[in-house]
Amino acid sequence: MKLKTVLMGAAGAMALSVGTTSAQDPVSLTIVSWGGAYTTSQVRAYHDPYMAENPHVTIINDDGSANALAGLRAQSQAGNVTWDLVDMLPSDAQLACDEGLILEIDHDEMLAAAPDGTSASEDFLPGSLGECFIPQIVYSTVLTYRPGAFSDDAQPSSIADLFDVENFPGRRALQDRPGTNLEWALYADGVDPDDIYEVLSTPEGVDRAFAKLDTIKEHIVFWTEGAQAPQLLADGEVVMATGYNGRMFDAIEVEGMDADIIWDGQVVEWDGWVVPAGGSNIEAVMDYLYWATDTQRLADQAKYISYGPARASSAPLVGEHADLGIDMNQHMPTNPDNYFSPIILDNDFWTDYGDELRERFANWMLQ
Amino acid sequence: MAQADARALANGAEPAPTDRAGRLQTADGVPLKTALRRAERRRKIAAFLLVAPLLFFILTFFVFPIAQMMWRSVDNPQVVRALPQTLEALQDWDGSDVPGEPVFAALHADMMADLERPRVAQAIGPLGIRLNYELSAARSAISRTARQVPNFEAPYRDAFMDSHRLWGDPALWRIIKREGRPLTSAYYVAALDREFDDQGNIVRRDENRRIYVQLFIRTILMSVAITFLTFMLGFPISYYLSILPMRYANLLMICVLLPFWTSLLVRTSAWIVLLQQQGVINTMLVQIGLISDDGRLSMIYNMTGTIIAMTHILLPFMVLPLYSVMRNIPPSYVRAAKSLGATPWTAFRRIYFPQTLPGIGAGGVLVFIISIGYYITPALVGGQSGRMISNEIARHMQQSLNWGLAAALGTMLLIGVLVLYWVYNRLVGADSLKLG
Amino acid sequence: MALPAYATTKDKIWYYTFRVICFAIFFFLLAPIVVMIPLSFNAQPFFSFTREMVTLNPEGYSLRWYRDFLGSDSWMRSIRNSFIIGIAATVLATTLGTIAALGLSRSEMPFKGAIMAILISPMIVPLIISAAGMFFFFSQLGISGTYLGVVLAHAALGIPFVIITVTATLVGFDQSLIRAAASLGASPTRTFFKITMPLILPGVISGALFAFITSFDEIVIVLFVAGPEQRTIPREMWSGIREDISPTILAVATLMVLLSVMLLTTLELLRRRNERMRGITPT
Repeated sequence: MKLKTVLMGAAGAMALSVGTTSAQDPVSLTIVSWGGAYTTSQVRAYHDPYMAENPHVTIINDDGSANALAGLRAQSQAGNVTWDLVDMLPSDAQLACDEGLILEIDHDEMLAAAPDGTSASEDFLPGSLGECFIPQIVYSTVLTYRPGAFSDDAQPSSIADLFDVENFPGRRALQDRPGTNLEWALYADGVDPDDIYEVLSTPEGVDRAFAKLDTIKEHIVFWTEGAQAPQLLADGEVVMATGYNGRMFDAIEVEGMDADIIWDGQVVEWDGWVVPAGGSNIEAVMDYLYWATDTQRLADQAKYISYGPARASSAPLVGEHADLGIDMNQHMPTNPDNYFSPIILDNDFWTDYGDELRERFANWMLQ
Repeated sequence: MAQADARALANGAEPAPTDRAGRLQTADGVPLKTALRRAERRRKIAAFLLVAPLLFFILTFFVFPIAQMMWRSVDNPQVVRALPQTLEALQDWDGSDVPGEPVFAALHADMMADLERPRVAQAIGPLGIRLNYELSAARSAISRTARQVPNFEAPYRDAFMDSHRLWGDPALWRIIKREGRPLTSAYYVAALDREFDDQGNIVRRDENRRIYVQLFIRTILMSVAITFLTFMLGFPISYYLSILPMRYANLLMICVLLPFWTSLLVRTSAWIVLLQQQGVINTMLVQIGLISDDGRLSMIYNMTGTIIAMTHILLPFMVLPLYSVMRNIPPSYVRAAKSLGATPWTAFRRIYFPQTLPGIGAGGVLVFIISIGYYITPALVGGQSGRMISNEIARHMQQSLNWGLAAALGTMLLIGVLVLYWVYNRLVGADSLKLG
Repeated sequence: MALPAYATTKDKIWYYTFRVICFAIFFFLLAPIVVMIPLSFNAQPFFSFTREMVTLNPEGYSLRWYRDFLGSDSWMRSIRNSFIIGIAATVLATTLGTIAALGLSRSEMPFKGAIMAILISPMIVPLIISAAGMFFFFSQLGISGTYLGVVLAHAALGIPFVIITVTATLVGFDQSLIRAAASLGASPTRTFFKITMPLILPGVISGALFAFITSFDEIVIVLFVAGPEQRTIPREMWSGIREDISPTILAVATLMVLLSVMLLTTLELLRRRNERMRGITPT
């Protein structure tokens, strides 16, 4: 309860603090995120403007999100929490929340309402809020290919083509984890997107998915970190690669890589903020969060990277890319033109079956 | 000391004083033997005091952390902490069918007690994560039920079984009972690709879930291959260096020492540059027409690349001990053998080679020890087929967060390495390691 | 060993084959390091020699990757971090290690073998295991993600090298010199600085160099124990290699090779000085 009082106090203080913040004590916030183009988009949309408005705040970027849960647990067990704000996936956030590593969030109390007065919990897209999780973006994992690697009249266009090495020969880059890969194996094998997790929770379904993966096994290069997938494509190591749509957008539109995105079967997921419990700058973090998750700020991030804002009220504000001037709407995973056969990643399924399927997947990779 | 006395006597000093029994005494009347022993002890203490700060440092910041990490491989507090009453109630349960109402009532009481605690101290979350290692979906059984528990009313058995199917599964209860002890062998069982069956016997896992034994074997095989390659490459050049005049040998030695002193990451990136598909070697092969542009070779991000890069990185560790042994082998032996009619091959095999064995042993064990625990190079250029056991430990440390399993795998690796270290010590002595 | 006049054809073939094999192996050792150097001046973002480079056209070469490197805040910060951590760890390891080596080389040192084995162990234990242990322990102490944590860890890794090199120097050390100094009325401190230190200095310096390069090149501990503010050069290279490997990495690598050459030369000069002082001449 004490914590809540502090937080409410913080929310109150925020209302008063606008414009007078420069007089405050200097505070340094360590914000953990994914690195690369994604962190850059946050720096430009959130961190830099926030620091300009609040000169007493310094933000340190740590690109440790890939191992965020390990870091949170170690810091919590040690009683020495050095991270102030962490960008992580909802499935990891749920685990951290169950373990009490991160703070519970009262979304309506701690976050700004939409400009038209809609409360935060109503404004964030349905299903995105978690007990301890503040969604920020919708991203998706998509298949991307190099048009030059195939003849003009036979370009790949679906997830089924990822598994078709006869007609689309060449190496493929997949992420070295079961998530997304098993879903796609079933989808390519004819399972309806809505039934995928039902099939995957049976032993026969798992066997079926691995059997499908077996068909392309010799043609797979695995990647671990988000930035590797576009790199493998750009270097010509592979002809197609799975990857996060924002990274692919960055490589194609900003870096000029010759590649196209296939939106069929895109695996959609949220990503967002959590606040580690026991941090020493909670008040400052809550002030930052209130500001950085409002309608305008979420729409701003879409100026730098093609991830969809997690608030309904932000969608109409999405405009052009800050440097390139291209319309970002057509690059959003949630754009109706792209959202025709999405697979919504089921986090509950993965927290339950993840341990077992990761072992099975590791075994499969070893064979 | 005896020497000093002898010297004193030889210099014509006064004869040393003795006591009534004729034992030697020091000037202040203490028997010499006692005085000597005391001085000896003082010097021992003085020597030890010099070493003490460092010993303390290493024990605190190196040995203790590792011991503590090893402890995690058997530490099993989650069930005991979360479900004390349930475990009590489970004592008489025979393990065959779903337990009766008293057990469920105790479970309800345990969960209610846990909800009273502040969030950070709650034991239910870690319990779910712990049980999920043993049984898929146990985590959601626990966490979903925990949210509903305040609304439960007796009889609890039905309420629990309605909230999640797993509460009606004796397998979950067997796991709770088995892991309801402060120490566990479960992580080692898993690290050996084994599991407990319904009767509590340890059996091998399903074939498609076996990982670690195979990975250990692969790690050992790769290390053997790397050790062998460093030997094959290291032996000729060490021999060549040892027969050259010192001036030239020192010059050529730079070829060995420069890589040795160059950053590991620099050398690893060098191999990426050379071996990748758009890299130097492939491009050259395409340009001279040996391979087609589509047929570029995959030499990196697989086992081949890992073995090449690691052989390069570890070669100096083979050459340095070999060279120092070979340098001290007198050439006269081989000459003598030849003059007695041995062919060069026989002379080499029977006379020269046996004398190099200490160097081969030292270099071989050293290279093997280093490669078996290697992490960075396989992580960067290993792809899937070049992964080694260290990479799996790191994955469990950082991603899957199964720290108990990481500790069990780490302990097994560490014990292997320590045994080899002991062998190495017997062979050459740790402090005789030559550096550069 | 030149070929004797009476060598047979077979001997001659073997003589030349053997040398060709040896030089191929030396080539294998050096080539990867040498190849990077021209590529770091590549005007194009490729890892292969362009036509302009092969024809020595100046347009094929540029300093853009060096400019990238020098203009990057994160690389500059990593250089500063590497030196801060490396020097602090070296001072700590060398001080503790030298004092301990003095004790270890005394004949009356009790439990010498066991203690030696413990002190050398950081060199033997796989880094991933040390890193995992320190990750937990340093978190508990609250020094994970601090300079202190990384320095302590790196000092532990550097200590075996100091112990080995200093005890090696002390093997030939004449203990009677200390007794002589003491009998002439010098205090133990004065004896240490006036007699012992100058004699073992080459060993201490080469031990310190080893400790420094160990810390300077270390990455596994940094991955586990360091925070974002302690990113060192290897840590930046690690991200660079894993994320987007650009020729900037090669520019850094070339500079690192230069540094290795400098360290190697220093070490060689020290070795010669040590041999001269102890009257050992190269044969």
